[in-house]
Amino acid sequence: MVTYIIRRLFAAVVLLFVISMITFFIFYVFPRLGGQTTESLASQFVGKTQSPQAIEGVIHRFGFDQPIWVQYGRFIKGIFLGYDYDTGTQMAHCYAPCLGYSFKTNTLVSTSIAQWLPVTVSLAIGASILWLIFGVSVGVASALRKGSFIDRAGMITALIGVSLPVYFVGPLLALAFVVNWHIFPDPDYVAFTSNPISWFTHMLLPWIAVAFGLAALYARLTRVGMLDTMNEDFIRTARAKGLPERTVIFKHALRAALTPIVTIFGMDLGFALGGVVLAEQVFNLPGIGREAVDAVNQSDLPVIMGVTIVASAFIVLANLVVDLLYGVVDPRVRVS
Amino acid sequence: MSNEASEAIVEDIALENTSPRAFLDVRDLKVHFPTDDGVVKSVDGISFALERGKTLGIVGESGSGKSVTSLSIMGLHRTANDRKKKRGAQISGEIWLDGQDLVTASQEEVRRLRGEKMAMIFQDPLSAMHPFYTVGAQIIEAYRVHNKVSKSVARKRAIELLELVGIPQPNTRVDDFPHQFSGGMRQRAMIAMALVCNPSLLIADEPTTALDVTVQAQILDLMRDLQREFNSALVVITHDLGVVAELADDIMVMYGGKAVEYGSAHDIFKAPEHPYTWGLLASMPRLDRERAARLTPIQGNPPSLINVPSGCAFHPRCPYGAVETGGRSDTEIPLLAATSPGHLVRCHMDPARRREIYTEKIQGSL
Repeated sequence: MVTYIIRRLFAAVVLLFVISMITFFIFYVFPRLGGQTTESLASQFVGKTQSPQAIEGVIHRFGFDQPIWVQYGRFIKGIFLGYDYDTGTQMAHCYAPCLGYSFKTNTLVSTSIAQWLPVTVSLAIGASILWLIFGVSVGVASALRKGSFIDRAGMITALIGVSLPVYFVGPLLALAFVVNWHIFPDPDYVAFTSNPISWFTHMLLPWIAVAFGLAALYARLTRVGMLDTMNEDFIRTARAKGLPERTVIFKHALRAALTPIVTIFGMDLGFALGGVVLAEQVFNLPGIGREAVDAVNQSDLPVIMGVTIVASAFIVLANLVVDLLYGVVDPRVRVS
Repeated sequence: MSNEASEAIVEDIALENTSPRAFLDVRDLKVHFPTDDGVVKSVDGISFALERGKTLGIVGESGSGKSVTSLSIMGLHRTANDRKKKRGAQISGEIWLDGQDLVTASQEEVRRLRGEKMAMIFQDPLSAMHPFYTVGAQIIEAYRVHNKVSKSVARKRAIELLELVGIPQPNTRVDDFPHQFSGGMRQRAMIAMALVCNPSLLIADEPTTALDVTVQAQILDLMRDLQREFNSALVVITHDLGVVAELADDIMVMYGGKAVEYGSAHDIFKAPEHPYTWGLLASMPRLDRERAARLTPIQGNPPSLINVPSGCAFHPRCPYGAVETGGRSDTEIPLLAATSPGHLVRCHMDPARRREIYTEKIQGSL
């Protein structure tokens, strides 16, 4: 088991390196292959007052005049050790993990991400709890009452949920609960630390909007999984032992049916932590996803790089946790 | 029914309901499944009796109704009155276990008996055990449903049982998962799980089918020894006549949901009278026979259980019916009738003629 964990950890680190390299190449090398010069690349970082001196300064400060591998090495060094940079007016130190400095906003990328992250984490964690609980319970209820009214109602709702995108469900919820009925406050983000209750009332609609589609997906997966496992031989054995039906369903069937759910839940959560772009946009939440879109629109390369690294780190981490959890959930994985 | 009075013919033994009840006494059991295509008559009126310490072998091809019979004794069918499934099994007849009728008992009553008084060993121990729980945990669970004891007491009991069924180092193997056991060990563990509450009725559904040939004999020996030790009634369901030859006192041969021959192991192996039984015996490989001799398969396929052939269900495949019964076998359903005390055969042929055919044509080729 220990070697298994070490092997997975090592693979995760390697994967992150590869991702950072690909991201770096996409944003710093490919533009050059596409005919961009160091000057035009640098001009994106200068801001509104474009002067040859400013551009020259950026080229030097960013190290665009140095070989690619030196630039990449500097980027990686920044993540682990931090580095000194020149804002143009003074020298400053960017502490590890340093993801660079945005000349568009004049802030450290890591500082900005630290600001956006709580928003995205609030949204992703809350929504994931909702979609997991509702998805699995609706799925189990549907499977146990297959063909009944509950099953049909559940599955039709699930079909609707899977089909409707967040940017439809979100505004609809906002229209009904905020604009018409004034049950919830105007979309905005309130930090949990400043006012937990306000945080909750502000987050509830975004949670529902994000969770609806995924809960629908999970309900369908759980239903199919439960129907499959209820036909397994070991369920018949459990009944033959004289176990009460409740034990058969929840201890034996659900345990087996949930295994694949654990896998996709980890992935979906990791993905959500990397930015729930649409929901953040719809509900005016300054999370990683929305800010990443803004950064792309403004060609704010250091921010794009930083967000990509952070988001992919979440997904890699989630995969790692899923792999480790899978060993706990399914003992057959442990041996190999 | 015919007017032959030469033998003391007992019409379907299901009809004689007055005899004292045996420990396991099944009478006129019918298990029907309504489907869109019609009613599947998986089990269509079978009766048998079994005392503690005795073994009954139920033999037949796939789809003859043998597994359905065992599952209905265990109460493991979803029945028609179950609200979760609109179309469950329709079970009628009587299943008396130690004086209690399981057909009329409530689901909860039957559940309490399952595992406690009657237990079952399944065909494929790998899929029959939960992959995510240790062997020990599964045995402990089976014990604790019916006995209010602490986990440590139940664990001791589980280790004791694993030792009894011949698992080496039961103290450590108790914490292994099923996939860490070999096939034979899994079936041993399965037997330990079935025996943990000391059931008085044990049903084994194809207990050796999924096992290596070398392991099969060990498992059969084990089952025989344990049956002696526990003095339980044992029902062995199999398509393998070798298995019943090893274990069974009585044998019931099933075909198309009905018993076609029922008698002692000696009757079935030494004086079989039903052409289907002859076919089964002829298709069984024997070590004491020349290898050059080919096995004789039974021609044709098992009957549909929705549109059961008219008359004798076996008549389309029977080489004698048309010739020997003057067409009765394809119009009139034969009754299960005694040909000698305790030996019942469902066949229109004259008993004397059956014995003649057997000694002349069949016996030599077996």
